[in-house]
Order: sequence, then C-alpha cells, then structure tokens
Amino acid sequence: MGKTTAQKIFDAHRLDEPSKGIEVIKLDAVFCHEITTPTAIVDLVERGKDRVFDPTKIKAVIDHVTPAKDSLTAEQGKVLRDWANRHGIKDFFDIGRNGVCHAIFPEKGFARPGYTIIMGDSHTCTHGAFGAFAAGVGTTDLEVGILKGICSFKSPKTIRIRLTGNPGKEVTPKDIILHIIGNLGVNGATDHVIEFTGPVIGAMSMEGRMTVCNMAIEAGATCGICYPDMTTVNYLWPFIKDEFDSKEKALESYSEFLPDTDAAYARDLEMDLSSLTPLITYGYKPDHVKTVREMTGEKVNQVYIGSCTNGRIEDLRAAAAVLKGRKIADSVRVIVSPATPDVYKQALAEGLIEIFMNAGCCLTNPTCGACLGMSNGVLAAGEVCVSTTNRNFNGRMGKGGMVHLASPATAAATAVKGEITTADQL
Amino acid sequence: MKNFSGKALFLDRSDINTDEIIPAKYLTEITKKAMGPHLLEDLKMDGFDPATDLKDIKVIITRENFGCGSSREHAPWALEVNDINLVIAPNFARIFRQNMYNCGMMAVEIDADTIDQLFKKFSAKSADVKTDFDARKFIISADGEETVLDFSISGFDESLVKAGGWVEFADTNY
Ligand code: SF4
Repeated sequence: MGKTTAQKIFDAHRLDEPSKGIEVIKLDAVFCHEITTPTAIVDLVERGKDRVFDPTKIKAVIDHVTPAKDSLTAEQGKVLRDWANRHGIKDFFDIGRNGVCHAIFPEKGFARPGYTIIMGDSHTCTHGAFGAFAAGVGTTDLEVGILKGICSFKSPKTIRIRLTGNPGKEVTPKDIILHIIGNLGVNGATDHVIEFTGPVIGAMSMEGRMTVCNMAIEAGATCGICYPDMTTVNYLWPFIKDEFDSKEKALESYSEFLPDTDAAYARDLEMDLSSLTPLITYGYKPDHVKTVREMTGEKVNQVYIGSCTNGRIEDLRAAAAVLKGRKIADSVRVIVSPATPDVYKQALAEGLIEIFMNAGCCLTNPTCGACLGMSNGVLAAGEVCVSTTNRNFNGRMGKGGMVHLASPATAAATAVKGEITTADQL
Repeated sequence: MKNFSGKALFLDRSDINTDEIIPAKYLTEITKKAMGPHLLEDLKMDGFDPATDLKDIKVIITRENFGCGSSREHAPWALEVNDINLVIAPNFARIFRQNMYNCGMMAVEIDADTIDQLFKKFSAKSADVKTDFDARKFIISADGEETVLDFSISGFDESLVKAGGWVEFADTNY
C-alpha cells in the first residue's frame, strides 16, 4: 500500500514509536507567540530546564495583544522577549515588526514542503498550505518541542478532498472552506490530516490555500495539506533560490512528499463546487453554515476584516474592491486589521488603506485583536459582527456577542449595507 | 498518579469547546490556580450552572468531540486545579486529548452507545466513578445501581500518566 503526504513526512522525521500507532517525530520548526509560550517558559525555568533545542529553528512573535493593553499582557510580552534574547532566538518579531503568526511566519519563508512544525496555537494547520505537516499543540507539547525538538502524534490517518468544478468568481477560498466544514461537521476530521487537492486548489494562490488550510482545525483536523507545486515554489523562491539551481529542481525535490497513487485514505471525497455561492455561519459552531442569501437582511453592529484566515493582501484587495467609492452604513463600525507590516505596506502602496479610510473604516496595527475578543474591537453583549476570522464560538469576540464568519467580500458588502448581504446584491 | 475517582458530572452536549471550558480573557493569567473559579464559565446549557454544579466533581462524562477549538492547555489546567483529572467521552479533539495525557491526566474514549446508556442510567442521579487503573475498569454507581466498564489506553499514555506528564518523560527518554 502506498503512502500519504503525512506518512511520508513522518517517515522522514520518525525518532521512535513508543506504542503501536504513536510516533515521536523530529521537528523542523517550533513557532511561538506570547499567549501560550510564556507559561511554557515559566514552567521550563521552574523545572531547571531553561534550554532550547536549536535557536535557529524557533521563531517567535508577539501578536495576540499588541501593543500590550495592560500589565498582564505587557508581562507576557516581556517573558517571551527576554527568553528570545537570552537564547539567541534571532527570528523574534517584536512590536512594530510583528504580525499575526500564521501570516508573518509564511511570509518570512519559515514554512516549507516536507517540514514538521508545531506551535501552541490551533490554527498552526495553516502552514500545511506549503505541503508541511503543521499542527497546533498545547503548552506541554510546546515545552518539549522547545526543549528537545520533538513531538508525539498518533500515526497520521488522512482524508483526501478533491475540489473540482468551476465555482463563480464571487466564490472565495473562505466560502470553499466553510462549505467543506459544513459538509464534514466540526468533528468530521478529528485526528485526521486533510489533503486538499484537485483543480480548484491547483488554481489557488498561496494566500487562498492558507485560508483553506487555516480552518482545517474547525473540522477537527490535525493539519490541512496542499501539495507543493509551482505556485508554492514561486512563493518561496526568494528564500530557497540559493538551495536549488532552478525552480524546476526545487519542485522536483519537493515532489518527494507527494502521496503515492495507491496511498491509503481513511476517506476519499470529491466536492464539485460549480454551484457554490458565498457562505456565512449562523450559529455558534463553524459548521453552522448557510448561504449569504439565506441570511440577507440581518442587521449587524460591527464588521471585522483581518486575522490569520483573511488578513492577507488578497483579502484586503477583495474588501477594498467592494468598498471603493462607497461609504459604510452609519449604523456599523468596521475594523480592518492588515495581518502583517508587509501586508500593511503593500495595501498602502496600492491605495487600499485610503479606500478603507474614505469608506469610514478603522485601521489597526497588525494583531489578532478582536478575533479572540481580547482587544481592538471586542463586542458588547447582544451585538452582532460579521467577521473574516475563523471562530464563531459563543463569547469568542466578547461575552454575549454573536459572530458570523464570512469572506472579506461579503464582510465589506455587509459593511456598506449595515446588514448581511453579498457583494453582487449591492 | 493523580486521582481519577469521585463524583461525576454529566454534560449532555457534543462539541464543548475550550473557549467554553475556559474563556480567552483568562489566558493572560500566568498561574494555573487563577483558572480555578472560571471552569466552564461560558458553557450555556439548560440545567447547568457552573457556580453550583461543579461542587465536589472529580470526573466529567460527556458527548463527542469534547475540548474542540483552541489549543489552550488552560482547559486541562482549569480542570486540574478543580481536582478533575478524568474526562470520559466517545471521542475528543486531538489537541485536548494530548494535553490531558501530557499533564498526567486522562481523557478516556468509551463508545457512544455505552456513553448513552450511562446518561440514561445515571445522569439524573448523583453518580460516583471509581477508577481501577491497573485493572483498566471504571465502576460507576448511584443508588445501589452499578455499571462496570472496561477501558483501554496505550502504553505510551500509561507512561505519561505514571510519569506525571510528557516533559519529564521526554527529557529522560529522548
Ligand atoms: S488571528 Fe485569531 S485565530 Fe488567528 S492566531 Fe490570532 S487569535 Fe488565533
């Protein structure tokens, strides 16, 4: 029987198999942010194990609450900063150079095909867009990752989803992943890796693939994976050009991790997206999905455009295309948070920031901010927000608030109307 | 080894996420103890009041996909500081399950039909779970009724429970 991508990556990184079906693998990168890493650092210090396995393989950023909003968050930033300094972790992105982890780390070329990556953050599955095995973990796994450069996982089982058909141009990667989650359910891929493939993925940019893989965890998946192709190589080329003689050579090398034609899948699905229309969530779980048309007319108080799901340049372009020459409704406030400084600069250069400001949006620095209800746009009880983020859990953006997840285009159109709508209904 | 026996709480809902177990606003706390009073604070469920229903609870019995969502290990910690070290469900979100064993706690999978029977038989009563770790048995009882359930965990998970967690185990063995 052939092997899946995840099985091939595990084969190349296996250190031990302590029980049948459980593997300890070596890590190529450990990513860190200031919410989950400080507890790991404090615990390592208390245990007398304040060491790191390899400072060049650890990447750290302050992103969740930045700049600090109070003494507690200032302390979290300080613990991370001091630790990065004392261990010589060069790739540490402090305030001013920081962005949302799952946007800035790929932008710096830290995610590569065939890599194994962990982070104390469930949306680490985003980096599978590069053909890596990337998984969110808790604090203890993070501690051991930092200390030893290893992590334990169950031997990976994989669901393959082939995305086919010709979705209309109003259908974005966000709509596609909402459709997939709606189909699988929030428990549908638990303990599985999802390989996203087919012509729809082939035609998608890296930004779009990251949006899709980002929400794999919302179906319970350990990781979402897209196969490396020329799109991947082109994106990574500035970082890998010294490693390979040509892009073709790079692609050839990365092909090592493509699944075998007779690979064993736990489930093998095909989804034809030809009749898909823009989607939005209606309840408190990411699989509570309806078409935007079914929700049309519902009043909203806030629109949020940003996050590791949809805060990249293509997302801002899509939102700006809708907002250009328009004003947001008087009854809403709109918060736009470019996910990284480079995204922000690019948006400035392209005139997108001006479009947002002329429309009446509030621009924030790159941060997670309101996505997890910690700063920069927390909802009051009873308020409704259409958001380009990835979680609509009860209380996620503020106690008693309601979050509807949608694409940047839908979010921008909703901002103009003050009620839920698709861009083509404007 | 931690304590895995005592009074059980039945939570009759699937997909209880870690935001419901411990809301994000407490993630700025650096100590585990600070999580204590906020366990399940945002869980909205008919007939459940975290302020009163968690008293003396040592074991949680619940439905599918417990612990989904955010990777925060604060969720097991919030349980741990309340002396709840065992959750029994048909299945768990991967990260939550791993976090439990990494802390030397247990997330044990029992098939959905059996869980359903437990709900029918015991959820309306004040039930007790006695865990016989070596025999791999749970003895669940209330009002003179008793159900004995076999469970299994992997040898690796057993080592983590016995070592008190993954950090010590990994640093010693790898
Ligand atoms: S943007 Fe939201 S989902 Fe993404 S890492 Fe930040 S808090 Fe998590």
